[in-house]
Amino acid sequence: MRIAFTTKGDKWESMMDPRFGRTEYFLVYDDKSKEVTVYDNTDVQGEAHGAGPRTATELFKLNPDILITGNGPGGNAGTVLEKAGIEVYIGAGQMTVKEALEAFLNNKLEKI
Amino acid sequence: MKIAIASGKGGTGKTTLSTNLSVFLSETEKVVLVDLDVEEPNSGLFIQGKLLSEHIQYKEIPEWVQEACTLCGECQDVCNFNAVIQLGDSIMVFPELCHSCHACSGLCPVGALPMKPKEIGLIRKYKYNNLDFVESRLNIGEEQSTQLIANTNHFTDENYNNDYIKLFDSPPGTSCPVIEATKGVDYVVLITEPTPFGLHDLKLAVDTMRDLNKKFGVVINRYGIGNDDVIGYCEEENISILARIPNRRDIAELYSRGELLYDKVPEFGSEIISLWNNIRKEVEAE
Repeated sequence: MRIAFTTKGDKWESMMDPRFGRTEYFLVYDDKSKEVTVYDNTDVQGEAHGAGPRTATELFKLNPDILITGNGPGGNAGTVLEKAGIEVYIGAGQMTVKEALEAFLNNKLEKI
Repeated sequence: MKIAIASGKGGTGKTTLSTNLSVFLSETEKVVLVDLDVEEPNSGLFIQGKLLSEHIQYKEIPEWVQEACTLCGECQDVCNFNAVIQLGDSIMVFPELCHSCHACSGLCPVGALPMKPKEIGLIRKYKYNNLDFVESRLNIGEEQSTQLIANTNHFTDENYNNDYIKLFDSPPGTSCPVIEATKGVDYVVLITEPTPFGLHDLKLAVDTMRDLNKKFGVVINRYGIGNDDVIGYCEEENISILARIPNRRDIAELYSRGELLYDKVPEFGSEIISLWNNIRKEVEAE
């Protein structure tokens, strides 16, 4: 299982980014191989329109099964994530990435 | 003659000025008032005319033809608005993000993205005594007001000849919708209030109009509140102050009942007259 997080940094101790479309980074954790992949999404700040679908497309390329984020994606991004078959869990916006993973594993996050 | 009533800050009196000036002028001239604040057109609250006709408005968006598509990705690459994206072996189109530029459709090597019309809003034509009134309203959920404003400008050109004085109640702000609403006019009236917030947004509006090479002047609404900084700014920048509408309780009361002011509050009516005289002078001056 591959779990993606919207984050403000590239470490387990980094804070989560509560936003989806304009998240600064994705951190993707593979729970079998224990490998962590970091994707830098900061380029999206220059986009005036359609940050959500663009970020969702980039996330799709990272091939996650699950997304853990804060506020939850907007309508356009949500459409892409649904089509991509990525499950979305929200409510982790104020946690570190590590805390977010623990909260997810303990069923503390809301699925949308 | 085409005149836009615009502002940087919202809620400074664009509609109050547009409706009163247009009804006043229509007593002696051929006038059409066009409400281009398509996200929330409210001139109609003050001008309840007889509905003459309705015209559904469309924009063009690409529609994916799966059978023709080779998944080359060109459409996604050329879209500046992330309105077309490739997700694995499918292409997704986001109609609300699309600016109808045709780039994806025209550059698709196999013609897999033909443009199709999508309803985005409604133009209504009214008659109120001697005044012609055009209201343009964007459908709920639509994000691109600029296309509808462009359609409405075209509609106005087609329906009303150059004998008309054309007044455009514009959207607030300084972004694409305002530029579309003002780009074809001879003169822009920027209405503001004499507060720090009003001045801040007036400066943005002035910069925009200068970039567009527009003739413009300023009306100060609710004159008497705030401070004199707007006047100081206009003097420094050589900007004409066309009228000063006093801050008065009776104006607010009439407005809140949806009534016109120029024929009921003499101090307001006299400002509308001097506003019109000043606009004419400025338009005719080279």
